[in-house]
Amino acid sequence: MLGVIRQRVTCRGIPTLTLEQGMRVVASRTFSSSAKEITVREALNSALDEEMSADPRVFLMGEEVGEYQGAYKISKGLLEKYGPDRVVDTPITEAGFTGIGVGAAYYGLKPVIEFMTFNFSMQAIDHIINSAAKSNYMSAGQISVPIVFRGPNGAAAGVGAQHSQCYAAWYGSIPGLKVLAPYSSEDARGLLKAAIRDPDPVVFLENELLYGESFPISAETLDSSFSLPIGKAKIEREGKDVTITAFSKMVGYALQIRNLKTNEMVFPRMFYNRIRVRVLRIICINLQSYIFYNCMWNPYRLPGILAKEGISAEVINLRSIRPLDRSTINASVRKTNRLVTVEEGFPQHGVGAEICASVLEDSFEYLDAPVERIAGADVPMPYAANLERMAVPQQRGLATDQVHWPQLPKRYKELKLTKINL
Amino acid sequence: MAQLTRRTTDLLKPFSAALSSTRLLTTTSTNPITVETSLPFTGHRIDPPSRTVETTPQELMSFFRDMALMRRMEIAADSLYKAKLIRGFCHLYDGQEAVAVGMEAAITKKDCIITAYRDHCIFIGRGGTLLQCFSELMGRKDGCSKGKGGSMHFYKKENGFYGGHGIVGAQVPLGCGLAFAQKYSKDENVTFAMYGDGAANQGQLFEALNMAALWDLPAILVCENNHYGMGTAEWRAAKSPSYYKRGDYVPGLKVDGMDAFAVKQACKFAKEHALKNGPIILEMDTYRYHGHSMSDPGSTYRTRDEISGVRQERDPVERIRKLVLSHDLATEKELKDIEKEVRKKVDEAIAQAKESPMPDPSELFTNVYVKGYGVEAFGADRKELKAVLP
Repeated sequence: MLGVIRQRVTCRGIPTLTLEQGMRVVASRTFSSSAKEITVREALNSALDEEMSADPRVFLMGEEVGEYQGAYKISKGLLEKYGPDRVVDTPITEAGFTGIGVGAAYYGLKPVIEFMTFNFSMQAIDHIINSAAKSNYMSAGQISVPIVFRGPNGAAAGVGAQHSQCYAAWYGSIPGLKVLAPYSSEDARGLLKAAIRDPDPVVFLENELLYGESFPISAETLDSSFSLPIGKAKIEREGKDVTITAFSKMVGYALQIRNLKTNEMVFPRMFYNRIRVRVLRIICINLQSYIFYNCMWNPYRLPGILAKEGISAEVINLRSIRPLDRSTINASVRKTNRLVTVEEGFPQHGVGAEICASVLEDSFEYLDAPVERIAGADVPMPYAANLERMAVPQQRGLATDQVHWPQLPKRYKELKLTKINL
Repeated sequence: MAQLTRRTTDLLKPFSAALSSTRLLTTTSTNPITVETSLPFTGHRIDPPSRTVETTPQELMSFFRDMALMRRMEIAADSLYKAKLIRGFCHLYDGQEAVAVGMEAAITKKDCIITAYRDHCIFIGRGGTLLQCFSELMGRKDGCSKGKGGSMHFYKKENGFYGGHGIVGAQVPLGCGLAFAQKYSKDENVTFAMYGDGAANQGQLFEALNMAALWDLPAILVCENNHYGMGTAEWRAAKSPSYYKRGDYVPGLKVDGMDAFAVKQACKFAKEHALKNGPIILEMDTYRYHGHSMSDPGSTYRTRDEISGVRQERDPVERIRKLVLSHDLATEKELKDIEKEVRKKVDEAIAQAKESPMPDPSELFTNVYVKGYGVEAFGADRKELKAVLP
């Protein structure tokens, strides 16, 4: 059996470093045909396409959205399909075109304004807040603003201080705005559709590094009437020892430190005995890959550090920064009694600070330990790679020198979660 | 000799009575009258329209009545502010009434107007009632924004009035957005985005104007140049105070903003132009008698002689009064009666507005969202004051 599998791997001409990786590839071909995968980019593109064809009032406006096919190719193909009246390339004038978009929304159209990154939205922030968010209130309901502001938010790779800020906390504090932050393709599709259909101004914070990531997606998600509810967080994985809240890219990191497999499949060390258990390993890895490709996203086979210590973490994907799903977070904390908030942005007055405050107000007696916040460093983003790695929470690398293991006591009941560098 | 004149005046009394009754009849007639504007128009990259304006007695009288109403309303708002019934900001429009009234005469309610914070008279021109205006100023439930907006946030969307904006210059890109939507929806209507000489230097105005010109949007930018941006005179703020020329590639027209007929002619001309050729700038040369707002006396940066000089020579209501008298449409007394009637209307509206209650405390949390999804909103005391947004 082993020889046959090895042959198949080499026959396909797929370069594989180790047998295990080859198994994973084979497993993916064998087992993932039932689950489709799309990238976040494709999810956003399809969501935009479907909403534009469903409602003629929806139009896309931004820099390079038309002929360039989108700065990050999110709006690829839309200009050819809908024409320049509905996919509008603008000059580099954020304040101007954001104001024009809000004015069009006043009249009754449904604009989708793309910012090349949300760093540039600061040039237009007066229109987002004073002209869009507050109008329905100031006019006592006469002027509603059904607009979506979308674009990449947060740090990309090596883009420096002026292109790396996370705006979730800034926009999340404004009454009248809704702020959404998708993680997976399903989130991206469902939340963007919900945002475009929503009659209020929505700030839609994507992430550039997630655009190319593939996620498995169900047939229901691909249906054109699919949408996700705004204001509801998703419990990505259930757990009982600690709650980890995250949004956008950090959900992936949280899932990774939690566990790759379900809790029950932590390998006892003896199984790595190379002589006896190679076959068993193949079977287990296939099984693992099956589960991996069908249920989770994780490029690393290493078990999550929390699982290694026997800690079962509940990972909450916030999805909606405003309205914040306080009830889900509090219910989870009341179950697990511990909370770690993860975000990429600056810590002071951040999303994690608000979650801390909410949990202190509503679930104080349930907390067994102080809330732990993991956020970006209190510095403008540096360029040098090593400093950049220190400025945002990091994903585990394969090389052990990049991994910072937490000093966890063996007995998880006395868990004191100190600074986890993910 | 004196006896003779007295008898002739006695004899003439019935004639004058008959004449005055025929005059009253003519105030509703639609016989055309030709009026010349006070000054010729100056064009930038465009041939200006003619100085001759067609009007009717009905229109002339309605101009007088509307402007008198606006004037009286603004003066009443001044007293209310000093009586502390109006709080916060109150920016008064008296002196500039001709722009509001002339513009309304040239357009329909399907055309959109958007302006900055000096919006009380534009709101009235767009069909707002005095009660809605005074209630909103005093923060009462019957206000046009239910008391939640205030002086700077009057709206009347069904009549094409989109506010009422407090951030200087923001209304210009918003107005271009309204024009964009009108073009997108293929409505054959235009948008008038009004701003002042202070806002004319804003960058977002030029950003929006560039896009309006690129895409041929039916946007008309109206600069109400009252020569002072708050306390800064135009020569201290703008290197080039020819605001009608500042569009560069966009045509412009300079208009005497104290002459309602010049404004009407210019707006009619601009609407035709915008529907065919894209944006145009109108500079209305106008003046405000009050300061920038009620907290500004208005005399620290300009002389009282200047203010009274404009009032004597260029007052828009006086100009219409003279036109009415010269065309024999009404006597002095009749015009004074109209003014008394207007004053009475304003006083009644204020009395009614004072009776109107303040908004219900539950209104604190309404209209935050159109669709609230049952999310919780908190007041200052998070335990005591909270609501669920429907």
